[in-house]
Parts: sequence; structure tokens; C-alpha cells
Amino acid sequence: MSRHTLFGGAYALAFFAFLFGPLVIMATTAFNSSRFPRVAPWECFTTGWFGELFGNARLMEGLMNSVIIGVGVVALAVPIGLAGALALSELPPKLRSMLYTVLILPILIPGVVLGISTIVLWGQITRGTGAGFLYNGYFLTIVGQITFVSAYAMLVFIARLQRFDATQTEAALDLGATPGQAFRKILLPFMAPAIGSAAFITLLASFENYNTTVFTVLSESTFTTALASKVRHGTDPSLSALAVIIITLTLVGALTNEAYQRRKEAEAGGRASRSPLYANPVTRALTHPGIVFAILVTAIGGITYAGSQYDSSVCEAAVLQEKLDRQEELRAEQRARIEAQEAEQGVTVPKPDSAFGGAFGGVGTPAAPAAPKPESPSAFGGAFGGITAPKTEE
Amino acid sequence: MPDQTPDRIPDRSVLLDHVSIRFGNFTAVDNANLKINSGEFFSFLGPSGCGKTTMLRCISGFSEPTEGKVLIGGKDMAGVGPNKRPTALIFQHLALFPLMTVAENIAFPLEVRGVSKKERRKKADELLDMIALPGIGDKKVSELSGGQKQRVAIARALAVEPDILLLDEPLSALDLKLRQHMRTELRAIQKQVGVTFIYITHDQGEALTMSDRVAVMSRGVIEQVGEPDRIYNRPRSAFVASFVGENNALQGVIKGQSGDLAALETPMGTFEARVGGGRKYKAGDEALLFVRPEQLIPCATENTFQATLSRQEFEGATNHVFAKAGDTELRISMVNAGLAGSLPGQGESLSLGFAPMNGTILPVGHMASES
Repeated sequence: MSRHTLFGGAYALAFFAFLFGPLVIMATTAFNSSRFPRVAPWECFTTGWFGELFGNARLMEGLMNSVIIGVGVVALAVPIGLAGALALSELPPKLRSMLYTVLILPILIPGVVLGISTIVLWGQITRGTGAGFLYNGYFLTIVGQITFVSAYAMLVFIARLQRFDATQTEAALDLGATPGQAFRKILLPFMAPAIGSAAFITLLASFENYNTTVFTVLSESTFTTALASKVRHGTDPSLSALAVIIITLTLVGALTNEAYQRRKEAEAGGRASRSPLYANPVTRALTHPGIVFAILVTAIGGITYAGSQYDSSVCEAAVLQEKLDRQEELRAEQRARIEAQEAEQGVTVPKPDSAFGGAFGGVGTPAAPAAPKPESPSAFGGAFGGITAPKTEE
Repeated sequence: MPDQTPDRIPDRSVLLDHVSIRFGNFTAVDNANLKINSGEFFSFLGPSGCGKTTMLRCISGFSEPTEGKVLIGGKDMAGVGPNKRPTALIFQHLALFPLMTVAENIAFPLEVRGVSKKERRKKADELLDMIALPGIGDKKVSELSGGQKQRVAIARALAVEPDILLLDEPLSALDLKLRQHMRTELRAIQKQVGVTFIYITHDQGEALTMSDRVAVMSRGVIEQVGEPDRIYNRPRSAFVASFVGENNALQGVIKGQSGDLAALETPMGTFEARVGGGRKYKAGDEALLFVRPEQLIPCATENTFQATLSRQEFEGATNHVFAKAGDTELRISMVNAGLAGSLPGQGESLSLGFAPMNGTILPVGHMASES
């Protein structure tokens, strides 16, 4: 192996580690029972964080809101984007570049500005017209997000429209179609893939938006804003569990899409007859995107079910017991040392004031042999439990 | 077609009544005035940018004339959109719908008219039979060859039985052999369906071989309308003479005219030739003399002059000989007489001439640019 390929391989490895390392670490922490998301020390394999995630009412409510807002944004931003792209394609070049700038501008404006201006504008409008019922988080977030999300959709449509042969529409008109028929039967089918991707992109953009939404959502919260406020109050592995879910969904989507694209390509290119994979009826059926999707969903469903049946409480109890034992051991050691000192000097040495004077938790509380509360309220789990436990008893 | 007596053939004529089309200051079509007869194969021939496609779009309804009227079947088409005119257009790149099958393409005009699916399929199969491509209805457009696409486009255009079929250089994307084959085929289809064909092309071979009549256009002006042989043999303007076929042009001054013949004094001598377009000249008028390369012959007795052979290009059946007479280089086409004949050699002196009827005297005007 030459030095070049060695370097290249190492570089590629480093590159992929940089890209996917964080995801792998995060996904791993979702299965560690430690209350703080970490990989080492590994305590117990658990699936409990998923339960914790779904049990979080604020997050689940936010998710529901995000879905409602997302659907609303897609339903409005996609037609607006399509109309904008069509208008641009019809205009003379000079006017086109001007309108293009205007339509793209919302993407360049900071989301914070859009958010605040949305509240201010619609506050005025709703108060002025007496349509106060419109002044709510859902409506404001949808109109606020549309201002820039429809520009994303438009960019997708412009790219597709550039490949559209305008004589197709003319041919349809010439063959007797009305302009409406030409649009529905010729242009719309051509735009269908772009409509799909625009809907997907706008849904994602709406879902993950924070800057604008945090203002326009008022007293409600979307998934993203709920998540953000949760992180501010300290993170726990249920967010890692969320990451695992999102990564899984993405992978399923990507794999199914890949299967679909490959099959389409093979069929279009006439490779279908040559490739042994497509010639054999069994493998041909197995590579069908629908089957690929079904297999993935079944596998994930099985794993989820198995995971939901898994009980890590025995292991967790053992870990807790281990910690307590260790604590007890340290205490005993300290006690022995103090006694030895007293015996040696014959004088009473003052007890150390500091909580850290000895080992953790060794603050001279001989009265509490196995006393700390079994469930520590601290986010740091039982590791430092010895510090707080004696105090709560006093 | 409303209230037509059944025993009469439908009027499939097109009348361009003083049609001008302008875009801002640019005149794309200048005062076109002609009648295309019912059932005729009519071609517009001209270099690119001469306004022939604009003319076509005006007939099909994609643009309205700035001045004048377009009448199809005797009816004024002002304000009638392309989807309401009895015309069908075959686009240069055919504009078949790639997302539909062949049968769906052909049946599209019926689909938008609300014809039932079963009937559509039946009509599509009939048309596929007509274009001699039976059984390809379920194929995708991308699976067809160039010639097949061509024929499918024709079938689609004929599906609604238009009165006028407009063709915008549809053969230009095909290779030479296929193009020649499609010429014959187009002509045959036209004879079969009896629809008026209006054909747009810059290829004079196509225009001359297929058409009943040809209109030669240049810079938005229809220079001449006529049968192919008249266009070739009796050009009426310097442009037509230089654009259609090869021609030698000699500039000179009129010495005098008697009836159809006039004498023209050129640097190479004074020649007698036919006056094109029945025009009248005075002595001293500037004029151009056109002589076809194949009509300049070595053993002529009239209009003779001496020239020196400068170079030749051998092209199988014909030998293109270039000879210099003074400062003018003339092009002469000689039929290859085979091994029995002999070709003149380089630098050889030739005695050339032409019959007065084979020379055409035309007023000075713009000529087709060399390409």
C-alpha cells in the first residue's frame, strides 16, 4: 500500500469520524442508564429513556403543534412557491431578476426579525379588524414561517422548471387543450417530483425552525422550542433517544428512496434485463422499494417491541448497590484512619470541616450506615450521592 | 365544422391578408399576402431569422398579426386561440409528452375533448396503423427512434383531423438517410389524408422535393411564391436566385432591352440574357446576371467567354469546377462522363458560354449570405 492511499484512507476515516462520531456517541448514550448522557462509565443497557421521552407531556404537545403547523405551512408554502416560480419563468429577464431578489429576500432576513415583525403586523391587523381570534400561536407561526419557507419551495420549483420544455405546453394548447388542461395534464405531472421534494423540504424547514417560531408561537410551544427550553434546564438521555428515532426515520427513508431510485434507473437504462439481481424473481421482489420498506419497518418494529420488554431494573439496582457499597467501604476506611490517628496522638483531632476532607460522603456521619436515599434527585445520579444524602437526613 | 354541406369538401385554405408582425421596432413579417390552397403541400423556405417561424406561429394562433388578417377556411381567425383553430402544429423538436405512453400521446387531443378512454385507444391504434407502427402504443416515448418519434408526432397532430397541419422543420434533427426517407413518407401521408400541409424549412432540398408550391422568404418579406421548378428556373429576385440552388452572379450595366431579352455589359464582356420577372430596364441601369453552374457549358455558341480553371472539387456524379475570368470566379458543374470522358486539368483555358434563356437578369438586391 502506498503512502498516498494510507494517508487518503486515514483522512477519509477522520472525515467520517468527524461527520458521524457525534451521532454515534449520542445514539449510544440513549441506551446507557446513567442519568447524564454519557458513554463511559457504562452502567446498564436500558430502553427506559424512550419511555421517558414519550412520557414528557410538554414535548409531546409540542410535537403535535409542530405537526399541525408543519401541515399548514406545507399546504400554503408549496402552492405559493409554485406560483412564484411560474411567474418568474413567464417574466421578461429584467423584471425576473428584480422579482427574484424580492422573493428570495426573506431567506436572507434574520428569522428573529421575521418573527417579531410577524407579531407586530398581525397584532395590528387583528386588532384593527376585530379578528382577534387569529392572534394565536398557530396562525402567527404559519404565516411567519411561510414568508421564508415558500422561498425555499420556489427555489426547488425554479430548478425543475428550468428543465421544462415550454413547447410542451404550446403543443398541448395547439392540440386543443385549454390552458387549465395544459397545466394539469402536462406541467403538473412534470413538476410532481419537485412538488414532493418541496413539500418535504418545507415540512422540515417548518419543523426545525426556532428563530422565527420562538416569537410567533406566543404561549404555545412547538417541538423545537419545547426541546430548546428542556435543554436549557439540563439535558438527559431522553434527548438521545429522540436522536435515535430521528436517525432511524432518516435511514429508513434514505434506504427506501435509494432502492426506488436504483430500480427506476435499472429499468430506464435497460440494465434490468442484464443484472442478475433483477433477473431472479426472488431477488427482484426483494429489491422492490415497497418490500425494502416493509422489511425495515418490520425489523424496527421487532427491535422496538423487544426493547420495550427489556427490563433493566435488576441491573440498575445492582449498579446502585455497588455505588452504595463503595461508599460504605470508603467511610469505613476513613473511620479506621481517624481512629488510628486518635490512638497514635492520644488527642482528639478536630473533624475536617470540608465535605471533601476525606473521600466523598465521608463527613463523619457514622449514624448512617446504608442510609442514602435509594433514588437520588440529582441529575448526577448516585455517583456523588454521598454528599447530599447525609445532609438530607439532618 | 359547423353547417357545411356534406357534399362539399371542407375548405382547408389559408389566406394571409396583408399580414405584418412586428416586435417593437423589429418587423418579423412584412406585408405577407398569399393564399394557400385547400389540400396543398406548401412550404415556406428561407434562412434562419427570415420570419418563417413567426409566420407559422401566427397561423397556428400563438401570436396575432400586428396588421392584417389570417383567414382559415374563409373564416377570420382574429382572437381565436391555438386550441380553437383547426390547425395542428408539429414542433421542431416534436414536443412529445415524455411522461405519457405513445398511445396516450396520440390520444391526448381526444382526451382533452372528453372522448372516452376506450374510443381514444381505438383511434390511437388506427393512427398507429396509418403511420405503419402498429403495436407500439404502450411504449414510452423515450424508447422510440428518431423516425418513429417523427411519425408519432404526425399521428398525434392528425388525431383530431385538423384542416391544416403546420410543420416547423420537423426533419432537421434526423440524419440524412432518414430525412430523405421521411420526405417521401410525409408526402405520402399528405396525399392520403388530404390535409393542407404548411411546411417550414431552411433546407431547399426538402422544400423543392415535397412541395406543390414554395414561398421563399427573406428578412420578413415573401420574395417569391411558386412551383418548385419555377422558383429554381425563374427566380424573381437576387435573393431567390442566390438562395435556391447554386448560382453565378455577374454585376453589370444594361445596354438595352428587347422584349424578354436584354443585353448586359459586364467586366467579362456583354451578354444577352432573359429578363427576370418581366421587368423593364433602361439603358444604363445597374443589374445582376445569374447563370446556374450546370448551365455554363464548355461548348456553347452564344454568350461565350474565356476562363482559366483554378480548382475543382470532385463529388462523384458531378465535378465542381471553379474557373477565373478576370477577377470573377465562376462555378461550373460538370457531369461525370466516366472514364470515357475527360476532365479538364488545372490551369487549362476554358471556353464557356450559356444560352440566353438560361441567364436571368435581375435588379440589384441583397443576396443570400454565403454559409
